[in-house]
Amino acid sequence: MNHNGQLVEGVLKGDRRSIARTITLIENNPSEARKVISKLYSHTGKAQIIGITGPTGSGKSTLIERLVKELRRKGKSVGIIAVDPSSPFTGGAFLGDRIRMQKHSIDGKVFIRSMATRNSSGGLARATRDAVRVLDASGKEVAIVETVGAGQSEVDIRKIAHTVVVVLAPGLGDDIQAIKAGIMEIGDIFVVNKADRENADASVIDIETTINMSWEKKKWRPPVIKTTAAKGEGTTELLNHISLHMKYLENEGFDKQRRQDVETELAEAIKQKTTDSIIGELKRTGELEELIGKILAKKTDPYSAADTLLKERLKGFKTRT
Amino acid sequence: MSRKRKIRIVVAKPGLDSHDRGAKVIARAFRDAGMEVIYTGLWQTPEQIAETALQEDADVVALSILSGAHMTLFPKITELLKKKGLNEILVLGGGVIPEEDIPALKKVGIAEVFGPDTHTGKIIEFIKENTRKK
Ligand SMILES: Nc1nc2c(ncn2[C@@H]2O[C@H](COP(=O)(O)OP(=O)(O)O)[C@@H](O)[C@H]2O)c(=O)[nH]1
Ligand SMILES: [Mg+2]
Repeated sequence: MNHNGQLVEGVLKGDRRSIARTITLIENNPSEARKVISKLYSHTGKAQIIGITGPTGSGKSTLIERLVKELRRKGKSVGIIAVDPSSPFTGGAFLGDRIRMQKHSIDGKVFIRSMATRNSSGGLARATRDAVRVLDASGKEVAIVETVGAGQSEVDIRKIAHTVVVVLAPGLGDDIQAIKAGIMEIGDIFVVNKADRENADASVIDIETTINMSWEKKKWRPPVIKTTAAKGEGTTELLNHISLHMKYLENEGFDKQRRQDVETELAEAIKQKTTDSIIGELKRTGELEELIGKILAKKTDPYSAADTLLKERLKGFKTRT
Repeated sequence: MSRKRKIRIVVAKPGLDSHDRGAKVIARAFRDAGMEVIYTGLWQTPEQIAETALQEDADVVALSILSGAHMTLFPKITELLKKKGLNEILVLGGGVIPEEDIPALKKVGIAEVFGPDTHTGKIIEFIKENTRKK
């Protein structure tokens, strides 16, 4: 059996080393990883996926540790992907989410993986989604994805998770900022963590007010929950709301959303594949160099060049471009 | 395996040290050298460290210890790593470690030991050199 085949078999058996190596493959070698994901795909779709997002320091990792504790008490297996930013200058990253979760690191039913953003938003979104698929295929019943969200997050967590929990905290100074930056629109549930701090109630009112201004058309009204993750307070309530949201999804428009996500992903895959093959061939034949020369010499322009090129190659398609 | 990948390094503090300033400084230096540093915090058991290295698919595990328990903890960690089939991981030791203990540590699989005064550049150089070979 080849290497990929071994990985697939290992992941399906829940082998932790295979899971780890497959995620590495996803991060380092997307084209090779595609082959593995194709084989795992039919085994995915079973896990409940929860996104936890919010500004740095709001207590996401601490909260996740508590959620895992409760989920484990219920007998659920859990996989976690914790994403932190890479430095745009050095490409390095400090991935510190495990600090809060290490208690669970030796529980055989929990798998934790840290991922750096690697400064490529498209690549990261794909990598995160596929890493979650690996956890899903390995049999994890719940997958939790932690991302840093400050408005324009690098991962569109909505496309990955069933339920998105936005975690804010009083005194971070960026609550209002976050609201303005659009983080409000992505939350199915809002958490004001660090409720042990005195101005927590003010933050709750702030968020409630903002939700009231925008939610009317939607059927799901995002609840706002106070937690003190450091003491494990409010996490049961949070889990209950996450379950309620799952039930809501099962009744409403869940399939429609799924169809849309699959359409987007299929379109992306087609784009990738066609671009790769066409550019690849143009490079091989030297045509690419030739065209670049012509464009530089102003004998043609990029748009016309693309039109001419594709007219021949996409003959069967009746697009009106 | 191709080595185009980024170096992933677990920085861990086994044992009962009461602070991790030094480990954090070194972790930041690794990050600034372009590595992905998985930081685990204080009081890590050997099992936690080995399991973290496995889940994170680490290339390097950097252990830092001040409390003097290196002779029991380091061998336990390298043994667990081997047991998990992680034979390729480069394991480094740092902190306060007497010169005379170093040969024994190397024998159990610690690739190199760096004292508290070692320039971080030297450690980074060592890591780059020794992960490239694989
Ligand atoms: N006072 C207080 N501090 C908390 C609470 N939850 C987390 N923290 C602290 O907030 C800091 C950031 O927590 P962390 O979980 O790493 O935040 P993240 O960056 O959102 O993942 C840590 O020092 C935590 O101990 C809480 O409920 N109350
Ligand atoms: Mg975190």
